[in-house]
Amino acid sequence: MTRFEDIRPGTELPQLEKDAITRVQLARYAGASADFNPIHIDEPYAQAAGMGGVIAHGMLSMAFLGQLVTDWAGPTSVLRLEARFRSIVRPGDVLTVRGTVTETDAAARTAHVRLSCENQEGTTVTDGGAVVRF
Amino acid sequence: MIDRSQIGRQTESGLIEVEKGAIRRFAEAIGDHNPIYFDEAAARAAGHERIPAPPTFVTSLRPPDIREGMGVDMRRLLHGEQSFDVKRPLHAGDRVRVVARVADVSEKTGRSGTMDVLVTEQIGTDADTGALMFVGRSTVLIRR
Repeated sequence: MTRFEDIRPGTELPQLEKDAITRVQLARYAGASADFNPIHIDEPYAQAAGMGGVIAHGMLSMAFLGQLVTDWAGPTSVLRLEARFRSIVRPGDVLTVRGTVTETDAAARTAHVRLSCENQEGTTVTDGGAVVRF
Repeated sequence: MIDRSQIGRQTESGLIEVEKGAIRRFAEAIGDHNPIYFDEAAARAAGHERIPAPPTFVTSLRPPDIREGMGVDMRRLLHGEQSFDVKRPLHAGDRVRVVARVADVSEKTGRSGTMDVLVTEQIGTDADTGALMFVGRSTVLIRR
């Protein structure tokens, strides 16, 4: 586990490469998160909505941001997690998550981390940040 | 177009018990194979009294639907931003009272025309003590 003493602004988190998104994963995520918006699971509906087919839940890519942080610092250390959904994610996309420490507070033993999630073409699909307590 | 008089409206609260199986299925769905989400012994070995939840598991603790009756067309809705502030991390066995409230309604004009911007909050408190556990904040864009 990462120690607070070993991090400073500029420290990079070990990057996380996720398996390709699948339609089965979107169905499982819909069930697990109770987000049953058909745009994520119903192909004809997504076509009719003008999306060109089903799209992944933005929250799934945010979960990947969360995993990058919890792999680094554990799940109960996250004080804040935020995400902006910038680009659509589709089945077949392979997402890679990266993070960099931007500031630390020695008195509070907290670190601010900048996060980004890119697809296989290098497009940032989701970015955001976290505040972590050690 | 959403009426700004919606700002401040709050739902009834829902009581949700965080189940081990729900945490496991969430971790499986996001492809996070950390054993602390699946096995109590592994969670204890990592210093957790009970099985912890991944940070975005909060999203699954759905309050009554705040958008009901607002006339929002789900086909025209895009999730723009999301945040979670955590006062106390969630663990299996927690009993949480969850409400939703409308934090802001505005409109924004961009390349694809004018959109409604709806900001809602999801507020979770300990069902037994009333202590605040988390605040989720969601910004959705609704194309007109």
